[in-house]
This record gives sequence, structure tokens and C-alpha cells, in this order.
Amino acid sequence: MSAPIIIEAQALTKRYGAALAVDRLDLAIQRGEVFGLLGPNGAGKTTTILMILGLTEPTSGSITTVGYDPLRQPLEVKRRVGYLPDQVGFYDHMSGRENLRFIGRLGGLPAGEVERSIDAALARVHLTDVANRRVGTYSRGMRQRLGIAEILMRKVEVAILDEPTSGLDPQTTREFLDLIRSLKGEGMTIVLSSHLLDLVQSICDRVALFSSGRIGLAGRVEDLMREVLGGTYVLDVEATGSDLPARFSRLDGVRKVTPLGGDRLRIDAMADVRGAIAKVVVEADGQLRALTMGSASLEDVYTRYFEEVRHAA
Amino acid sequence: MRREGSPWTGVGAVFRRELADNLLSVRMRLLEILVVLTGTAAVYAAIGEIKNVVGEDRFVFLRIFTVAREPLPSFITFLAFLIPIVAIALAFDSVNGEFNRRTISRILAQPIYRDALLFGKFLAGLATLAVFLTALWLFLMGLGIFFLGVPPSGEEILRGLGFLLVAIAYGGVWLALAMLFSILFRAPATSALAALSFWLLFAVFWGMIVPLATEVVAPIDPYDPRSQITAVNTAVGLNRLSPNTLFAESTLALLNPSTRALGPVFASQLHGALVGAPLPAGQSFLLIWPQLTGLIAAAILLFTIGYMSFQRQEIRA
Repeated sequence: MSAPIIIEAQALTKRYGAALAVDRLDLAIQRGEVFGLLGPNGAGKTTTILMILGLTEPTSGSITTVGYDPLRQPLEVKRRVGYLPDQVGFYDHMSGRENLRFIGRLGGLPAGEVERSIDAALARVHLTDVANRRVGTYSRGMRQRLGIAEILMRKVEVAILDEPTSGLDPQTTREFLDLIRSLKGEGMTIVLSSHLLDLVQSICDRVALFSSGRIGLAGRVEDLMREVLGGTYVLDVEATGSDLPARFSRLDGVRKVTPLGGDRLRIDAMADVRGAIAKVVVEADGQLRALTMGSASLEDVYTRYFEEVRHAA
Repeated sequence: MRREGSPWTGVGAVFRRELADNLLSVRMRLLEILVVLTGTAAVYAAIGEIKNVVGEDRFVFLRIFTVAREPLPSFITFLAFLIPIVAIALAFDSVNGEFNRRTISRILAQPIYRDALLFGKFLAGLATLAVFLTALWLFLMGLGIFFLGVPPSGEEILRGLGFLLVAIAYGGVWLALAMLFSILFRAPATSALAALSFWLLFAVFWGMIVPLATEVVAPIDPYDPRSQITAVNTAVGLNRLSPNTLFAESTLALLNPSTRALGPVFASQLHGALVGAPLPAGQSFLLIWPQLTGLIAAAILLFTIGYMSFQRQEIRA
């Protein structure tokens, strides 16, 4: 049973002059999920986000956000959707609290309620101590958190975060991801874009992989891995022995064997086949020099998928 | 395709923030000090000059704005020169500044239309100018009362207020122009230079260009007296393309009540006129009505061009 669709795009296209930024994109995001728009810079992620918000006009195609048309009813859409842009900017000479107050006034919230929401939001992102300092003195992570505080303050249904982790150190990134998880726990729908695939695969329910304006793949991370990599286990083997690739391929649970040059091989498997592999090497009179297993990452999925697409073309 | 919702949502919030920004900014402080100092100097010099002249003048109070004592120019000359600078300083980075601070996409993602951002910014700039000019005006009137020892008459106050209104409208034109450039150019330095070059054109070079252009457009034929009238009218028309001319003419008519016409006058038209007799205030206002509406129209036109290009602009940096 899937949740109701909250953002839907059909054949969405955006052209900047001769350049095609987004090319006949279909997208359906469900209420309450964390959806990742993943892909390299310039793949059309930000343009898609701007069209979802009604901040840029699609060349053709249709889009519905929280049940409204972002072109005709932008205020209704923007009232329900919060946006944290890539490299978010604030008025540096104003304090964090003043920045939030201004946003609250723009949204037309009553003054008393604004102050209460600001206090709650700042506490949530641990910025209460520095709330009255000028934003100019904030670090990158603090600004990012202030951006989240803005979304919290506005009590929106959907939060769209564009590259929220870029430029953050690992510790800050972890805290940030925890914050996103807690937002999801409250029933907020979260759309986030990133070029750091591994980082976000842990928190996304579903992802869409972008490549030059199109979505190549979309679905749950595990499903994509099974579909593209043929398994969620990737083994790196370094061994000598005759006819090893063929022998490995015959093993149960092995989906694919790729020679990497020298004595090295990569094996995609459905299950943990390390024991069987060691046995095969011994039976082949070879020497097993290394056998390591890494779980496959989204990065592998992305690289592999678009490699295949290029080869097919 | 019609959009839904009011374009005015959020104008108040933008207006308040921008006004606070303008009033507290360092660059405004510096310019205010500059204008107040030069204004005071000019008025003080004028008062000294007025005291030296023995004679009766019904509008002695208005003279503090118009009389000049070498080497200082008069107050209105200063003002015609400095108001554009203040207006440009207020607006040259108003829109592109939002892009450069990367605040634009976050602000426009709030439930407001782009209109609100632009209206709010323009109105806040205009309000800043109005507050500043009104304060300056009151200060100089006070200075006048103090040193001249006579209070202004009702008509002088009326004419003075008219002058204030014209000054604000004149500032509005430059504000709209600077804002237009801040929309068209992404780099604040470019937009500032573009606005300043227009200021230089109208403040300095327009007076040199107009005679040359007139010779080309309406050459004088020595055997045809009508061609002389055409030439004069062309020159006047070209001059009035400059907001500085409109401002100068308006202030002249308002502050010198004996001004009867702002264009060429034939000797026959002066027949029976009491030369030097002042016009009633209502007639002076009537005389500058086209100039005042021209200034307001220019401001609205420039704002509209900026508004149109801002609506079409892609907001991604």
C-alpha cells in the first residue's frame, strides 16, 4: 500500500536556450518519504527543484505540488513547501533570530506565534546560544542549520533540501542527517538532492538517479542494487589459478564476474560466497592472496548503470 | 494564464526590513553627513548674502534655498547634484545584492510574489529619501528662522512643501534608474557605474549635448525667423528629457514666485504684464505641473521596465 502522491511531474522539460536542462522527466514522490535526487552537478536536479517550487517556468510538461499548480497557485505551493537552497544565504548583518523573524513576517504569521516558533526551531537545531549573533559570524554548518530552523519554524509539509551536506565536515554531516531523520519521523516529506550518493543512501527511502536532465533509475536503494548490480555483495578477489573466472561463475549465488586486470577479479553475488570462493581457488591449485567483501554502494549502482547506458548507446 | 493570490503579500515585511537596512547603513550615514554639511554651508552663505542686501522682499525666506554666494553654489544646485548620488547609493545593489548574498532563492521560496520584493524595495528607498529630505528641509527652515529672525509666511511654507515634493519625485527617478540597473546587471560595480554615468551625463554633459543636437535636428535658417522658434523649442524639449532640467525648472518656479514661464516668451506676450510681480502659489504649481508629472512618470516608467525584466529573470545564480 503506497502513500498518496504529494509531488508529481509528467514529461517535465526545461530548456535554457539551446541547452536542455531537464528532459521529459517523470517523477512521483509519496507523502512522508525521504526522496533523494541524486546525480552529478549539472544533471538537472536544481532545475527540477525550482520547477517543483514554481520558481522557474517549465518549457513543457506538467507538475503538481501538494495538490496545486506551482505556476498558477505559487503562494499555496510555497506556503506548504520549505526550501533550503544550495549554499544558502542570509542577511549577514542581521542576527539569526532577526533573519527568521523576517521570514516569519513574509509568511504573514502572527507576531506572537512567530517568536514562539523561532524559539522552538532554534532549540531544535542547537542554535539558541548564538541566536542573537550576526549571521556573518556563523560557520557553514550553522548557516545550514539555520536554514533547517527556517523550515521548522514554518511548519511545512514538504522540505526540499538542495545539496544540504555539501561543504560540511563529517561530524556536522552526521548530525545533519540525524536531524533529517527526525523530521521524517514527524511525518514531513523530504526531498533532497546531492551528488554525494553514498552519504544520502542511508537516509533515503527512494532515490532517483539523474543524468543529463533525465532520470535514469528510480526506486528503493536495495531494489536498484539488485537490479543493476545483480546483487548486494561485491567481492574483490586476488588469486592465481587456472580458469578462475569461469569456475567462479558456476558457483551458486554468483551473478557476475569481472576481471580487473592482473590476478584481480570483482564478483557480484547474491549471498556471502567467500567460503565457496576460497574452496574453488584451492581446488584450482591456486593461491588466494586477498579476499575482501564490501557492501555495494549507490555510487557503484550509478557508475555501473550509466556505463551500461553509454555502452548500449 | 492567471496566477492566484495577492501580489501585495509580504510587501510590508520587505518594506520594513529594507527601510531598517537603509536607515542604518554606513553608506547612507556618510552621504547624509555630506549633504547636511554642504546644505548647511550653502544656506548659511545665502543667509549672509540676504542680510547684506537692503530691501523689501515678500519671499525673503525662500531665498535661503536659491541665493548663492561665491564661491558656493546655491542650495538647490547642490541638491540637484547630490540627490541622484544618494538615490543611486540606496538602490544600485538592491536586487543584484540579493543574488550575490544568495538570499534571493530563499526569499522567493517564501509565500510571496516577486512583485512584493521589488515594490517593498522601491517603496523603502523612496521612504528613506523622503525621511532624509524632510529632515533636511525642516533643519534648514529652522536655520532660516534662527538667523533671519522672521518666520516663513503661509505661502512660503506651501511653496517650500512643493519644493520638497519635487525633490522627492526627482530622487524617485534616480532610485528607479539605479534599481533598474541593479536588475539588469549582476555585478554591483557595473550597475553603480551605469547609474553614475547617467548621472554624469545629465548633470554635466547634457547642457553641452543639447545645443549640438539642436543644430542637427533643427538648423537655423537666417532668412526664416520661424526656424529660430523651432530651434528654441527643440532645445527646450531636448533639455526637458533630463530629469535635472525638470527639477531645476520646478524649483525655479516654486521658489522664485516671479517666474512666469519656463519656455520661450514673446515680447507680445509680456504686454501689460507687471514684470517682477509674483504669481499666486496656485499659478506657480500650475506652471510646474507638467514637470512634476513628468518626473513621476519617468520614475514609474523606469520601475516598470525593471519590473518586467525582473519577472522574466531566472533566479538560479
